[in-house]
Amino acid sequence: MKYLDEYRDAAAARKLADAIARTVTRPWVIMEVCGGQTHTIVKYGVDRVIPDCIELVHGPGCPVCVTPLEMIDRAHAIASRPGVIFCSFGDMLRVPGSNGDLLQLKSRGSNIRIVYSPLDAVNLAAANPDRKVVFFAIGFETTAPPNAMAVWLAAKRNLKNFSVLVSHVTVPPSMTAILQSPGNRVQGFLGPGHVCTVMGFEEYEPIARRYRVPVVVTGFEPVDMLEGVLMTVRQLEAGTATVENQYARAVRREGNAQSKKLIEDVFEICDRKWRGVGIIPKSGYKLRYEYRDHDAERLYEVADIQANESTVCISGQILRGLKKPHDCTAFGKTCTPQTPLGATMVSSEGACAAYHAYGRHLEATGRRNGHQPELVQIGGGK
Amino acid sequence: MTATAPGFDAVLLGTCPVPQAQYDRILLGHGSGGTLGNDLVRKLFLPAFANPTLSALEDQATLSLHGTKGAAQSIAFTTDSFVVKPIFFPGGDIGRLAVHGTVNDLAVGGATPLFLSAAFILEEGLALSDLKRIVASMREACDEAGVTLVTGDTKVVDRGKGDQIFITTAGIGVVPEGLALSIKNARPGDRILISGTIGDHGIAIMSVREGIEFETVLESDSAALNGLTRAMLEACPTIRCMRDPTRGGLSSSLNELADASRMGVRLDESLLPLKPEVKAACEMLGLDPLYVANEGKLIAVVPPDDAARVLAAMRRHPLGRNAVQIGEVVEDHPGMVIMKSVVGGERVVTMLAGEQLPRIC
Repeated sequence: MKYLDEYRDAAAARKLADAIARTVTRPWVIMEVCGGQTHTIVKYGVDRVIPDCIELVHGPGCPVCVTPLEMIDRAHAIASRPGVIFCSFGDMLRVPGSNGDLLQLKSRGSNIRIVYSPLDAVNLAAANPDRKVVFFAIGFETTAPPNAMAVWLAAKRNLKNFSVLVSHVTVPPSMTAILQSPGNRVQGFLGPGHVCTVMGFEEYEPIARRYRVPVVVTGFEPVDMLEGVLMTVRQLEAGTATVENQYARAVRREGNAQSKKLIEDVFEICDRKWRGVGIIPKSGYKLRYEYRDHDAERLYEVADIQANESTVCISGQILRGLKKPHDCTAFGKTCTPQTPLGATMVSSEGACAAYHAYGRHLEATGRRNGHQPELVQIGGGK
Repeated sequence: MTATAPGFDAVLLGTCPVPQAQYDRILLGHGSGGTLGNDLVRKLFLPAFANPTLSALEDQATLSLHGTKGAAQSIAFTTDSFVVKPIFFPGGDIGRLAVHGTVNDLAVGGATPLFLSAAFILEEGLALSDLKRIVASMREACDEAGVTLVTGDTKVVDRGKGDQIFITTAGIGVVPEGLALSIKNARPGDRILISGTIGDHGIAIMSVREGIEFETVLESDSAALNGLTRAMLEACPTIRCMRDPTRGGLSSSLNELADASRMGVRLDESLLPLKPEVKAACEMLGLDPLYVANEGKLIAVVPPDDAARVLAAMRRHPLGRNAVQIGEVVEDHPGMVIMKSVVGGERVVTMLAGEQLPRIC
């Protein structure tokens, strides 16, 4: 398949891994910002074909993971109302709120639907004038344009029964928060390829300059990731700190002007709470005043709902690159994809869920019968 | 099955006094052929009906009957329900599927399928022309597979209490003397063969549901496999076992194999046969083809010396044209399936937990 096979090519991957090994002279800590990138690393064992001294730590770029608990509880409160059709992206359904997840709510009779696009939810509202359709608008700058489009369209079509529960966050403030946090270990970033497709990468240039960190906007296939690591390591070894673009087949410096305008028209910047991290100033979007009739938080009066996180979960430290899933005592034991305790286990893009899905919880301890699988050496590069 | 649910170890050891599940209600995920469904079977159904035949957890029950002359005859018995939506899809319909599913569960046990039953749960308002079409298609599928539908039942539920039509079929077949296929039989060095491309059925269904259009119509692989299994067993009666990887996909079948045989399974990602359109749809929808359903494919575990012969026999059959070896059974990492990725890294392939939900981006 074009644009796919060549980025999963074994020979190309090997060549890049060799180049990384030749380039690196000392240990570096590199954070991949996106959950999709974490997924690729673990799925293909990318971290196991590069030299040991390069540590990949997993960033906060999983929209499902960082959606705060109280926002999920607000979603539940809305979805439980009679006459409401609650629409969401698929992987948001398994995220536990204080009282179970949306799938369980669905099993108790709430009308909850998976949609692939927020525009499907708009159409649902048009087709069901006697119901209220609420779309859970979460995500980074990648999902912001379609979500903005849905609100814009609903307003234009005067669909008063369509509203969105907005929990949008943006990447650059979270990178700044990580770099400013005490104990930060991150020395370079693999930048968020899809986010930059929309936003471009100009806004990362001040971050690279100010904090002296290289940022390489990187794609999502294993060969992309290896090339991104190589470009970052080259900068680190040379002592430079600029923004480079590995994902040039999709990303331009200025981004997508139309999408940016749409975001600007519908949303405005606000402070947002990140699950496991806390409030980051100016790190998200909320609906502009003129779209208040489509703001589910206002219409259903759920803004006051608050929630408390599990005390065991270390997802906040994982999201900031301070710890790995294995460092958590609950990982793979009391915390699994079926019984997630916190942010990073809930979505397949979360670091803990990715580790779990690809069996890394089994590797350290072997299986239940006490057999000790010889898995320490798995992976070609080490 | 993977050890993901807390309290699971204790349950297997028969000592578990704790609540049986973390959920107090049935979720859709309990029907996805992954760990949730597996939990339900092991923690709720098995203890209730405990007997060696059921506990073997094969795709079919193999039973010994003593004839009047005292000679033992082995028969295979299985049942399966079909709730697919939409009821007509590219490459098949719920009726064909209901015949193929039960025939295949018998066939992969080495049995010759002979008789089927069918129970229909019909929703008030179902178009009679649709029912006629489904029944005609079942008849055709029975003829093709060489089985006879000998008994049946019909129930009607209120509009809104069913989804057009649900079908349950059961089937009986005879097992040739001396044949005893079982997933427990796998041995180190055994080769794992698959009869063709994976994920075709699941993606064909999804593409209709989600309105994804391909340049060509992607059809379900729904097919009766008893002709193929017969050809394979004739070529090589030493086949250890066969499975048809339906719900839960290849990952579930291989994890069940690893678990039941206490062996490890090694896969090579680059060898997995995938249609380009299935690969593309999986990329778009954020799905992993290892977890997507098949309805006309089988995997076979074969001693190394016989692999070439079985593969050749498979490729001679129309339903095994694209058969390939995808991995082998190893002594290391018992109970685990490990796949070498295309770029040389490795990962454990676990069983599906809950439903496979499309990813956000």
